[in-house]
Amino acid sequence: MSGFFNIFIIPGGLLLIFMLLSLIRLILGPTVPDRIVALDTINTLVVAGMILVGAAYEEVIYIDVAIVYALLSYIGTLYVAKYLEGGSKK
Amino acid sequence: MEILSTILYIFLGIGVFFNCLGSVGLLRFPDVYTRLHAATKATTFGSIFTSLAVIVYGFCRWNISGDSKFVVLALHTIVALVCLIITNPTGAHAIARAAHRSGVMPKQAVIDELKEAKLK
Repeated sequence: MSGFFNIFIIPGGLLLIFMLLSLIRLILGPTVPDRIVALDTINTLVVAGMILVGAAYEEVIYIDVAIVYALLSYIGTLYVAKYLEGGSKK
Repeated sequence: MEILSTILYIFLGIGVFFNCLGSVGLLRFPDVYTRLHAATKATTFGSIFTSLAVIVYGFCRWNISGDSKFVVLALHTIVALVCLIITNPTGAHAIARAAHRSGVMPKQAVIDELKEAKLK
């Protein structure tokens, strides 16, 4: 079954390249919301890559880590957005 | 087996292509809102298809070998996919609202109806 291993490993490597492309926008984004958008994109790509790597190594625990990472990165995005929005909430 | 690997190639190809479009759109578009529009929708769609490939792979391996590890892999991938589908547009909405309230305007904006609605 080594053919299946190669099927999932190569898209994982491609997702890594797309993460690096988003990292360019994270570094030179002119405003703060640009950087948050780039970070959110990187988080989505990391979750997709974790699922692919878990399927490639046939380990279920990697998929569980991907679930927890998706929820925690969502909370982080909401927290930064709420901070950016301004403190005085009614 | 031949059909399975063809389906996996198609799903992974669609997923990787749309993830590529998302990250390239992040670099090419002029302001925050268009970047958000490109990145969120394209990467969510691409992640749906790469996860769908893993789900199909898990169920087919379970059908062939009868090992319960693979059905657990497929079901947990479905849970991760549901988390991703629910949380991703909500996070994008929060980012867009925070960007508008912190004073970042769209670059070539013709009208800004949200600001007019706030003035009333």
